[in-house]
Amino acid sequence: MSVNSPAADAGTLNASGVDLPSRLGPRLKSFAYAAFERSAAIIIFLLLWEFAPRLGLINRTFLPPFSEVVVAGYQFAASGDLWPHVWVSVLRALGGFGLGVVTAVPLGILLGWYKGVDRFLNPLLQLLRQTNPVSLFPVFILFFGIGYLTKVAIIYWVVVWPILLGTISGIRYVDPALVKYARSVGLNDRQLFVRVVIPSSIPSLITGMRLAVTYSFLMLVVSEMVGANSGLGYLVVNSQYLMSIHLLYVGVIILALLGILANYALVRLEQWLTSWKVDVNA
Amino acid sequence: MSSTITFENVSKDFAIQKRYRADGVSSVFTALSDINLSIKSREFFVLVGPSGSGKSTLLDLAAGLSKPTSGRILIDGKPVTGPALDRGVVFQQYALFPWKTALGNVEFGLEAKGIPKKQRGPIARDFLNLVGLSGFEDRHPHELSGGMKQRVAIARALAYDPGVLLMDEPFAALDAQTRETLQDELLRIWEVSGKTIVFITHGIEEAVYLGQRVAVLTSRPGRVKAIVDIPLEARRDGDIRSAPEFAELRHRVWSLLHEEVQRAERLEFEDSLGRPVGKAAG
Repeated sequence: MSVNSPAADAGTLNASGVDLPSRLGPRLKSFAYAAFERSAAIIIFLLLWEFAPRLGLINRTFLPPFSEVVVAGYQFAASGDLWPHVWVSVLRALGGFGLGVVTAVPLGILLGWYKGVDRFLNPLLQLLRQTNPVSLFPVFILFFGIGYLTKVAIIYWVVVWPILLGTISGIRYVDPALVKYARSVGLNDRQLFVRVVIPSSIPSLITGMRLAVTYSFLMLVVSEMVGANSGLGYLVVNSQYLMSIHLLYVGVIILALLGILANYALVRLEQWLTSWKVDVNA
Repeated sequence: MSSTITFENVSKDFAIQKRYRADGVSSVFTALSDINLSIKSREFFVLVGPSGSGKSTLLDLAAGLSKPTSGRILIDGKPVTGPALDRGVVFQQYALFPWKTALGNVEFGLEAKGIPKKQRGPIARDFLNLVGLSGFEDRHPHELSGGMKQRVAIARALAYDPGVLLMDEPFAALDAQTRETLQDELLRIWEVSGKTIVFITHGIEEAVYLGQRVAVLTSRPGRVKAIVDIPLEARRDGDIRSAPEFAELRHRVWSLLHEEVQRAERLEFEDSLGRPVGKAAG
């Protein structure tokens, strides 16, 4: 019986989720149903997290119930100790990502537009791209110490490739029919580039940036685990040393939330820039 | 505005680069050989030919997108030196800018012509109206059917008032019903606008239905094999396609073309048996 209770709980939620909208208008009803459909798996997961430790299915020393983690996170945030870690991590990720965008987009445009530059630089870039970023970490420490710059450099190293490749393919694989049409109305190279090539390349560029955001958080945590005394990656590792497991999970959850937030921001940017492509109402 | 277009001894060769060969030998592929055509003002002129007869090459030359190896092309007696707005081009692949609305696409050519911003909208609306797309001004290409996209492309080519309309298999990608509708629409637009039209197709029936004269090209290299007059004056009265004189003309063009198609297939077969030239630029 006790084993069944999480499932039973989910069942109750299911019933109430479906019954409730029947009293409301049909639009609200379908909206509520969609919301339920989209969140059901997450709710079930969190319920399992809550009850598996409580029922002794998992050792609660290693996995405290979700509610306890939330409470610990709230206290940590209320005491003011959480925000410096979040802030420091966000600045590092933004620094690496921003530097990646600022350098990789122009370089990608150059490589995509000028075949000669591509032939010259591409072999080197392929070589560098395959260089494992973690193996470069000691090199960055040698050059930049263990401060802010090292973290930014290592994040930059992983962020730059997807943005660069996204930009190059966006520039290079412009629909040839569009180029031909633009030429037929007498556009010169510069006009062709500004009016046709740049707008065509935006979807591919954004795809690269979304990949880059994911990688930036990955390397952020790696860099903060190795040589840092602040940041969310440091928080996670340090909590493990100190066996303050609640805080460890707080760090993991905050990192996940930041990742979701960053991805959401880019999705909105994509919708705004390519509203012609995506039917917003669909 | 309507123009004459004249081809004087026009030939076009393509160099076939043989990469990976130490001696660097390249061979020459003749796409068009000694083309002489004189197309009158306000004429509807159709070119048919087997694949590889250089139909599209001929149109690219007329559009100024590439230069003839020898000979010259004259618009109203003036030699073509490059793309310009005295010719409007319509492609099979529509080549509409996906990020622009129907109206924005039509305005693009007007902008290239340097028409002030305030006048572009009304002109573009007029031409969308001409092709039967009133009410679709704000749609993006992905919201339009294939036939509607090609209507936009026609409106776009006509809007900046070129003397010649060059059409490269514009209806080849459309279904049979839409194609017939657009053929009638094009005849109506041709009569209203009084443009000279050079229309490329591989459809014999389409050629006879639309053209006042139909030129049949030979397969590699493309030469003018014959020019057939199509004296169907009452083109739009009833079902002309079933009339005996239509069938007769259709058969004449078919016979001319048939020999060439067979010859083209034989050449292609020889190529695939391993002539040293390979299958490039077929």
